[in-house]
Amino acid sequence: MNVFRFILQNHDQVIELTLEHLRLVGFSTLFAMLIGIPLGILIAHRPRFNKPVLASANIIQTIPSLALFGFLLPVPWLGDRADRLAILALTLYALLPIIRNTYTGIRGVDPAVMEAGRGMGLTESQLLFQVELPLAVSVILSGVRVAVVISVGLATIAAAIGAGGLGEFIFRGLAMVDDRVILAGAIPAALMALVADFSVGWLERRLQPQ
Amino acid sequence: MLGDMPAVSATPVIEFRDVSYRVGGTQVLSGFNLQVQSGEIVVLLGRSGSGKTTSLKLVNRLLTPSSGEVRVKGVSNAEVDLIRLRRGIGYVIQDVGLFPHFTIERNIGLVPKIEGWPQERIRVRLRELLQMVGLTPEIASRYPHQLSGGQRQRVGVARALAADPEIVLMDEPFGALDPLTRDELQREFLLLQQRLHKTVLFVTHDLREALRLGSRVALMETGRLVTVLAPEEFLRSTDSLASAYVRAFGGDLESAANRGTS
Repeated sequence: MNVFRFILQNHDQVIELTLEHLRLVGFSTLFAMLIGIPLGILIAHRPRFNKPVLASANIIQTIPSLALFGFLLPVPWLGDRADRLAILALTLYALLPIIRNTYTGIRGVDPAVMEAGRGMGLTESQLLFQVELPLAVSVILSGVRVAVVISVGLATIAAAIGAGGLGEFIFRGLAMVDDRVILAGAIPAALMALVADFSVGWLERRLQPQ
Repeated sequence: MLGDMPAVSATPVIEFRDVSYRVGGTQVLSGFNLQVQSGEIVVLLGRSGSGKTTSLKLVNRLLTPSSGEVRVKGVSNAEVDLIRLRRGIGYVIQDVGLFPHFTIERNIGLVPKIEGWPQERIRVRLRELLQMVGLTPEIASRYPHQLSGGQRQRVGVARALAADPEIVLMDEPFGALDPLTRDELQREFLLLQQRLHKTVLFVTHDLREALRLGSRVALMETGRLVTVLAPEEFLRSTDSLASAYVRAFGGDLESAANRGTS
């Protein structure tokens, strides 16, 4: 096949762009977890924050991605480097599934278990770290899995603002009307999504409470 | 015989002083007064919504009274550090609430571990507790979902007793069990109590259970304490609610009151 010959001939560039792509997805997922999991815990414990937090995350999700990349371009420090900007935008998109699943996972813990834990004198942080999070971990991870898969796809659009990644091939191929070049970006991106889906899914099953 | 009677002047271990509890516009508990002496089992008997579970939760401050105070060992429980208060009170509930991701060993040993007991002491205590509640040592490495309902509640009792609290609160602990298992656990609970002399506040809606287990039975209705009676007195009581209960549960209650551990 032509595509594979093209990929083999340009393997240096394929590898480079794949690594760039991984970097965008990796950092944005990490940041989204660092922000989203605490927010999910917060709204599970303080229901009055529930609506505003989930509504904001929902609204972000409705902004078309190309528009969001464009909106952020004039922001001073961020706009200086396209990859920073892409990571921020991807982080924002990844928030919703992570926040929502953290919330769902924690709310799903059997109330009798919480009552018994509280009654026997566990502190709120002992309840969180020894009971709620371990019991919610697989639900939280399934949110992370959704977020990663979405990010891998969305990150291809980041090439439009010059952030690199496998989108470079896709946009170049579109401009050149050359399927081989488009597929040289699309195939590794699809594989990356599959691998991410599979490995986070594996972790999710491993950490599933008995 | 006098030795069996709590001295009148002794400080009650649990004391409700004119306690009321409101939530929203509903008066769940009003003007509740009750004293529980050391080593007694006081049963709160009443139908759903009579305020018995609320009373129980006021003791370990899962709920806070709207007015009045609950005193534990002579001190208002509002003045005691919340975590210390709860660790000194065993708590057993109908749904047991075992931690599903912990083995039985970790479930029972959790509070001792948090309290910083050395590992060897926890292991010894675990063996002792399992034997106490009639479970075999092999069960220690299993998870809650691998146990039967009766076994789970035995673990629930063992967990509540783990750090050797003076007070135990029990909220319909045997309510969800089949009649045969319930009978077994009631009998063993009484045998255990003969050895341990805990101060127990026990909630049930089952008159038979109340008469069998209670040193005294506190009858509640719509958030008020109707009367407190010894089991034998309860059967002869002329109080209209008490006699309604006796009628509803039908004959052979005498034997329940006298049955105890047999």
